[in-house]
Amino acid sequence: MKAITVQDIKRNYGKVEALKGLSFEVEKGEIFGIIGPDGAGKTTLFRILTTLLLADSGTAIVDGNDVVKEYKEIRKKVGYMPGRFSLYQDLSVEENLKVFASIFNTTIEENYHLVKDIYQQIEPFKTRRAGALSGGMKQKLALSCALIHEPVVLFLDEPTTGVDPVSRKELWTMLKKLQNQGITILVSTPYMDEANLCDRIALIQDGAFMKIDTPENIVAAYDQELWAVKSDDMSKLLKDLRANPGVKSCFAFGDTHHITVGKIIPSALETYLKEKGHSDIRITPIKAGIEDCFMELSEAS
Amino acid sequence: MLRYLIEKEFKQIKRNVFIPRLIIIMPLFAMIIFPYAANFDVKNIDLSIIDHDKSSYSQLLIQKVQSSGYFRISNVSGTHDEAMKSIEADESDVILEIPLNFERDLIKEQKADLMVSANAVNGNKGGLGSAYLANIIADYNNEVRVKLMHNVSKVSIPSMELVPLYRYNPTLKYEVFMVPALLVMILAMITGFLPALNIVGEKQSGTIEQMNVTPVKKWTFILSKLIPYWVIGYVVVTIAMGIALFYWNLKPSGSLWTIYIFASLFIVAFSGFGLVISNYATTVQQAILMMFFFMLTFIFLSGLYTPVENMPQWAQLISNISPLKYIMQVFRLVYLKGSSFNELHKQFFALISFAVVFYTWAILSYKKTG
Repeated sequence: MKAITVQDIKRNYGKVEALKGLSFEVEKGEIFGIIGPDGAGKTTLFRILTTLLLADSGTAIVDGNDVVKEYKEIRKKVGYMPGRFSLYQDLSVEENLKVFASIFNTTIEENYHLVKDIYQQIEPFKTRRAGALSGGMKQKLALSCALIHEPVVLFLDEPTTGVDPVSRKELWTMLKKLQNQGITILVSTPYMDEANLCDRIALIQDGAFMKIDTPENIVAAYDQELWAVKSDDMSKLLKDLRANPGVKSCFAFGDTHHITVGKIIPSALETYLKEKGHSDIRITPIKAGIEDCFMELSEAS
Repeated sequence: MLRYLIEKEFKQIKRNVFIPRLIIIMPLFAMIIFPYAANFDVKNIDLSIIDHDKSSYSQLLIQKVQSSGYFRISNVSGTHDEAMKSIEADESDVILEIPLNFERDLIKEQKADLMVSANAVNGNKGGLGSAYLANIIADYNNEVRVKLMHNVSKVSIPSMELVPLYRYNPTLKYEVFMVPALLVMILAMITGFLPALNIVGEKQSGTIEQMNVTPVKKWTFILSKLIPYWVIGYVVVTIAMGIALFYWNLKPSGSLWTIYIFASLFIVAFSGFGLVISNYATTVQQAILMMFFFMLTFIFLSGLYTPVENMPQWAQLISNISPLKYIMQVFRLVYLKGSSFNELHKQFFALISFAVVFYTWAILSYKKTG
């Protein structure tokens, strides 16, 4: 039995097609990432899988239960951490955890071992109101609350959005630990660099998957010639590169521009750029990352 | 499970800076300040007097007006124009003009004219003011006639006097009428507004989503919101009844049981109305505006200020949709008249129907999303 099986899920909001027929499967004990920009449909998918929203058509099965017919069963055994902090801000850290423990007919003591690693980090602040916590601590509390009832599948909707780099790293370390305990994790993120931390990923755009595979395979399947280009005037460089017929695509990536090229050699491009008035030109062939693959796929579709 | 959720609600209410204070301040304010403010007895009418005669008879009349207690003499003008100016400046409400030769005409011709003009911008004050004044003048007229006739003959003048007996509120005190109704208003605010706002608040902050993915049943969740406010409702009614007793010296002529039974019925029914609102509103702001609109409508149609019977036929019909109307009738009847449960069948069934309608509506309008 798969942890999650989704078949041709569709959902419209009025005339907007938020999900255009998604299908995928998640193995037990896997960290599965849904990677895509804001507005791609990630949250809608999560809300359907956590029984908060009904799909217009298609079926979804979580741990053997249908999300529509057997929603009650699912609510007993999944943990959900929405993108927006949704705990009681006027209750303390401990009280929040207690509320969620008692709802599931358990106690903090009974399931302490499940949340120990995470909760220990915020325990010194257990009498502090949740609203007064820092972003990273809120995240840890939310994760503790989502874990206190020993869920078999954990849904994390953009857990790292708006979280500092250190806390992001910590969170992924924690997810790996949870995976080792046998919990299946479905996580969404707009950050492409986090894709490599997942076992498998689905690249989503405009409510449709462009590719589902392991990060390694996706990168390996990239068949373009890719260069990183730099010069003294980066914004002019972007325009000039795009104007060159030998350049197929060009995107800004932090401090360099990534270009895919057709029939052109680096020295020819350098000459072209020099003519355009650039100096300090550096052109290096590079290996593609997930983001390059995403751009390539979204260009193609 | 319900127990934990209710515990959580009470914790949050206690921690809220606003609600615990509201529970104490609202009944105090409503029960002590409102009856003074919402008082239709007209007192302190500013009177402008133009006395052209300046005789002993005119002085007597002025004294009589003054001692009635309803009027405050704001100024004594020489001419009508001057008096009109004081009305325009909003310094006086009513003008009493005593013409020249008032005394002479009264004695010689047994007949004299007086002029009363009233500012009717505030129709209530103008109308009642001139009516009071007419009464005082009629009274004065009688006295003068007796005095004058006395000199002529010993024959008594036949006259009729009406002595009304005001049942259930013998001194026609306005507070006695208002206090029981205000009690209901407070109850409506707390049990209708607060749980609905609380639910919409959870919607807005997203915490309801987090609850929805747990096995907590919708009704358990809603009950955990309603029960604390029902309890608070009882506490507030009891505090308000205490204020009525100790401050206004008002206690229900009927039984306390009747009051509490109807209060419970109303609390349950009206919080159902709050639930309906909470289903339609997605933000607290929307909920407040909707509540405000319906509350005003319900209050104006309830007969809190003006008797329902005074309304035009169509408004009387609409007033049937105000649950406040029935519970106010009950509180007033039990407080003033001492009505027992058996005499309140109509109100009982009306409130039951409201409860049924509101809860059915709340269930139907709640879109089950999963």
